[in-house]
Amino acid sequence: MSLLPVTEDELHAYVDEALTPSRRCDVEAWLAVHPGDLERVEAWRAHKAALKALFDPVLDEPLPAALAQLAEPPAATKRGAIAAVDGKNRPNSQSWMLQRLAAGVLIAALGGVAGWVGHGHYQGASELAGLVPLPRQAAIAHVVYAPDVRRPVEIGADQEEALVKWLSKRLGTPVSVPRLGAVGYELVGGRLLPGNRGPVAQFMYQAASGQRLTLYVTTEGAGQPATGFRFASEGQVNVFYWVDGRFGYALSAAVPKGELAAVATAVYDQLMAK
Amino acid sequence: MDSRAILAEMPRLRRYARAMLGDRAAADDLVQDTLERAWSRFSQWRPGSNLRVWLFGIMHNLRVDQLRRPTLATQDLDEDLSEVSARPTQSDRLEVNDLAAALDQLPEEQRAVLLLVALDDMSYAEVAETLGIPLGTVMSRLSRGRESLRRIMNGRPRSANLRVVR
Repeated sequence: MSLLPVTEDELHAYVDEALTPSRRCDVEAWLAVHPGDLERVEAWRAHKAALKALFDPVLDEPLPAALAQLAEPPAATKRGAIAAVDGKNRPNSQSWMLQRLAAGVLIAALGGVAGWVGHGHYQGASELAGLVPLPRQAAIAHVVYAPDVRRPVEIGADQEEALVKWLSKRLGTPVSVPRLGAVGYELVGGRLLPGNRGPVAQFMYQAASGQRLTLYVTTEGAGQPATGFRFASEGQVNVFYWVDGRFGYALSAAVPKGELAAVATAVYDQLMAK
Repeated sequence: MDSRAILAEMPRLRRYARAMLGDRAAADDLVQDTLERAWSRFSQWRPGSNLRVWLFGIMHNLRVDQLRRPTLATQDLDEDLSEVSARPTQSDRLEVNDLAAALDQLPEEQRAVLLLVALDDMSYAEVAETLGIPLGTVMSRLSRGRESLRRIMNGRPRSANLRVVR
């Protein structure tokens, strides 16, 4: 019996069980006498199984709440759709609707105003609107000012009271400066910076070794749901950032993540205690 | 398009996003963006058509947009710390990590085809529809992706990088 030649595509279709039974037999006969193809097919099949084994555990992970609530249609278009998720998610889907409206407004307004983050969340609406995400803003501000030997800050720690008063006034809400002496960093001072749509504050700290870190404080995320710590890195700079309602914070330094995490925890604890 | 159907697709969307991006938080962000876009366009969904293909297609388009834009890699702190404290030492895990690393070396377009076929058991036609490419392109990307993966896993340098120059 002579075999029709088997194509490369058919070898793949064989691995993916997409052949008709008769053609499948042909391919098996072909592989029996073509060890090179057999070796490839077996490797492909093994890798396919290994990929499933590697990523299938994701299927069993509990859905984060932010995703589960997106199974719900937005309130205005709900109609007869099945509410598979329990009722307490409804306020969320309403606020989600608001976010969507806000995003729409942003897109509409893009040509002119720099936009506002207000109801969006950083990863979604801010990028949609071309705004710079918090950790990147903070990382950039860090690399610009932290290496500056002579003028790292606008107002030094020796005038801390004036610094706090000034930054609180400019940000439009009382700002407090965490004390990080316990984790080895002393306040150098602070400065005012432009954010996406208004003023933001940067505090700088320095360790005895000369290592500097900066705490970036913005009100641009005001009204967003609080987040846990998140981590980002850009080049040498590691950033921990979080949102607590009134403020978004980002702590940046060119130090290892674990060390920065300890400082971030100290900052967080102090700010929460206020 | 109802909540139950969407909810049923979510684990698969997450798995694919995780495999494509590697990073958990970035993958979930992508899934979230996908669902938001899906709801904003649900009037474009034809009832009776393949919801999975439609959702994966939206995710693919978002991913393409994302790649055109420089972004910061982000990840959950908790996840990262737990990785540090329980770093695997078993050799089986090592092999799995090798596979993930090998996958990472593939060009994005080949990885997409390979994963849709391997993880989601999509037919070649569904993959073509999801990615918006011809069937022939699906096959050539699948073929190149699988062969590259095999070569990387065999520890051989990628030698067959020959291209037809017209």
